[in-house]
Amino acid sequence: MEIMKEDTTYLQELRKIAWREELRKSIPAKERTAKERVSMPSQDPIIRSTNSDEVNTGLMSELAIGEAQRCLDCVNPTCIDGCPVNINIPSFIKHIEKSDFLGAAKVLKETSALPAVCGRVCPQEVQCEATCFYTVKLKKAPVAIGHLERFAADFERESGSVSVPKIASDNGYKIAIIGSGPAGLSAAGDLAKMGCDVTVFEALHEIGGVLKYGIPEFRLPNSVVDVEINSLKQMGVKFFTNFVVGSTASIQDLRDEGFDAFFVSSGAGLPNFMGIPGENYSGIMSSNEYLTRVNLMKAAHADYDTPVYIGKNVAVIGGGNTAMDSVRTAKRLGAERSMIIYRRSMDEMPARVEEIEHAVEEGIEFMCLNNPIEYFANENGHVSKVRVQKMELGEPDASGRRRPVPIENSEYELDVDLVVVSVGVSPNPLIPKSLPELEMTRWGTIVVDEDTMQAKNVPDVFAGGDIVRGGATVILAMGDGRKAAQGILNYVQSKK
Amino acid sequence: MSKIINKEILSDKVVKIEIEAPRIAQKRKAGHFVIVKIGEKGERIPLTISQADESKGTITLIVQKVGVSSHKLCDLAVGDEVSSVVGPLGQSTHVENVGTVLCAGGGVGIAPLLPIVEAMKEAGNKVISVLAGRSQEFIILEDEIRKASDEVIIMTDDGTYGNKGLVTEGMEEVIQREKVNLAVTIGPAVMMKFCSILTKKYNIPTVASLNTVMVDGSGMCGACRITVDGETKFVCVDGPEFDAHQIDFDEMLMRLRAYKDEEADAYQSFMNNK
Ligand SMILES: Cc1cc2nc3c(=O)[nH]c(=O)nc-3n(C[C@H](O)[C@H](O)[C@H](O)COP(=O)(O)OP(=O)(O)OC[C@H]3O[C@@H](n4cnc5c(N)ncnc54)[C@H](O)[C@@H]3O)c2cc1C
Ligand code: FES
Repeated sequence: MEIMKEDTTYLQELRKIAWREELRKSIPAKERTAKERVSMPSQDPIIRSTNSDEVNTGLMSELAIGEAQRCLDCVNPTCIDGCPVNINIPSFIKHIEKSDFLGAAKVLKETSALPAVCGRVCPQEVQCEATCFYTVKLKKAPVAIGHLERFAADFERESGSVSVPKIASDNGYKIAIIGSGPAGLSAAGDLAKMGCDVTVFEALHEIGGVLKYGIPEFRLPNSVVDVEINSLKQMGVKFFTNFVVGSTASIQDLRDEGFDAFFVSSGAGLPNFMGIPGENYSGIMSSNEYLTRVNLMKAAHADYDTPVYIGKNVAVIGGGNTAMDSVRTAKRLGAERSMIIYRRSMDEMPARVEEIEHAVEEGIEFMCLNNPIEYFANENGHVSKVRVQKMELGEPDASGRRRPVPIENSEYELDVDLVVVSVGVSPNPLIPKSLPELEMTRWGTIVVDEDTMQAKNVPDVFAGGDIVRGGATVILAMGDGRKAAQGILNYVQSKK
Repeated sequence: MSKIINKEILSDKVVKIEIEAPRIAQKRKAGHFVIVKIGEKGERIPLTISQADESKGTITLIVQKVGVSSHKLCDLAVGDEVSSVVGPLGQSTHVENVGTVLCAGGGVGIAPLLPIVEAMKEAGNKVISVLAGRSQEFIILEDEIRKASDEVIIMTDDGTYGNKGLVTEGMEEVIQREKVNLAVTIGPAVMMKFCSILTKKYNIPTVASLNTVMVDGSGMCGACRITVDGETKFVCVDGPEFDAHQIDFDEMLMRLRAYKDEEADAYQSFMNNK
């Protein structure tokens, strides 16, 4: 089903369906707006900071229905404008209100390939919930759209009646997907539905990209991701792990093997470092290394072979989701002090608000307006101290955030034995290197047509997700995957 | 999953295994490596591809038992499966006919040196190899290296085999005797450091192939980073070979110690439970 952003008549049509009309009338708007926003049940902060179980435990049906009742089913649902993939939000919420949870999940799946994932990791506070009528007009807490999304998706998964989408009959096109993160998985799902023969190539030994190696279990359990992968397998999608496209086989090799088009979703996996003195001492690592050791390689389990350094005084540099995930992981692995060192203020932190709140509850120390400038090591070359400079906020920069400026003579030193550097990632250069004719930006991202996701100069190559956007979000990666699937189908059909 | 097709025990500590990996066999060049993972709970370790047979679709790895993972790999039998083999990774060796190439391999470094010796010879170079080890048992692959070299010099610390002395002594003897156009050194970091100091003294361009700690092997984590000419480089994607005279070996030595204690403990308990 193709949903066009501009054409909203379908929304009105659906809104006029009898049961929705009835449901709207069943509770007066005043009563709906008088309700308090539901709060997500979660594990106690003291207990959860010693285990790796999911922090949020999920809404019970009654709570979900209660929250769904807050939604006014607006004539002009502005929440949808805030969703990068334009999920029909009022429709799924009203299904929850009338207790048709599977119906709600179905609505989500029309637009989102991974609702159980997005419900957990999307930054709703700057997307749908930011444009919710409650936020914009009533100046009240928005409807908990993210929590409800997770509820519906979890309900479907746990009910055991996950609907395997209908697959169109085999259309004879063979498509290769490079990288198995959210962009690749969503493109694979759509292409399989369209009847294509889809193969996903993944460099690592596990499918899932950042969802597996990056985002920790306490925020996104692997089992949630595995259900989605299994459903793709049931749809006939083939997966090859330990396969680095560009090394194990080139795009040309795969063309020769009969692939008609390619979707490059190889992510932004390259960690940035700051380039300050002492940064290569042992005990200093990228968040990718730290999280990969712990999440993918399960280094903290005694019976797994991969080691990870267990820090006592851990400093994580940065203020994004990756930084929050790293610092909370360190806490769970037994750190006495788990600190965030961030050069701007709390307000500028790019991490999801909920993660920051959870981190604060868990006793993470936030050293905002602080910036590391040098590391020192003990006699073994292991980091022992970090010299930090205090900052203040100056004029806004290009990103609109106020630029941090160093305060002179404000340096001080802090004892650390583990430092996790989490100051952003760069696009993975493997594919661009092996396809020199691809047009790239100076940041190393692939240039594509915005609507079809087709690369310039190489018509059978499409790209999306972080390799096109730089470090972005799961939902944007997923949206790209879906757009590309349509673009690819149009392309292969036009060619034959 | 990749099946083990052949296994040959070269010495107490060194095993040669041939693994089914048709795509890698087709693509690999001298200097490339693979990342291998054994079992669900295994770690990912880099191993140089020693040889490949395109028609059989196999690659050969030479594995020295140094820790838990290499030991586990050596313990596998013909017919067993290696859970993951991914590659070929890294940049291949720059091979050209430069004249005389002096190849210095120490201990564990002899295995990854072999394909380079072979490639250099094939390109028409005169190849002189210096193999070094603490004692006789650490000199591996002597026959294979001999086959591809014009001359082989063996050095042992204790004099149990070949000449008594360090690898650098063997190298210097050659350098003083004849014109060397290129040196290649692979072995423990300390050894490479001293080889590099030696060849710098004589102004001989030198390549060192580094075996740092790695996790993914595809540039994603930075565990393998080192400093070359003042710049941070990732060994898995920018290397594994670099201009030896530009490598900050002291930093590399320090980084290699990062997991030494954990690894020693793990190896101890692995051996105790065997
Ligand atoms: C720790 C962490 C926390 C995050 N938290 C959030 C969050 O809460 N909310 C949110 O919206 N976003 C979050 N993000 C960002 C989000 O995960 C990414 O934007 C998203 O995963 C990008 O998806 P992708 O499909 O483009 O790439 P990825 O998920 O990066 O997947 C790319 C895959 O391609 C593989 N690959 C690369 N090159 C090749 C090749 N040549 N051949 C074969 N395979 C290859 C890689 O191994 C990888 O598995 C987080 C990121 C991190 C690192
Ligand atoms: S091993 Fe991870 S970047 Fe090189």
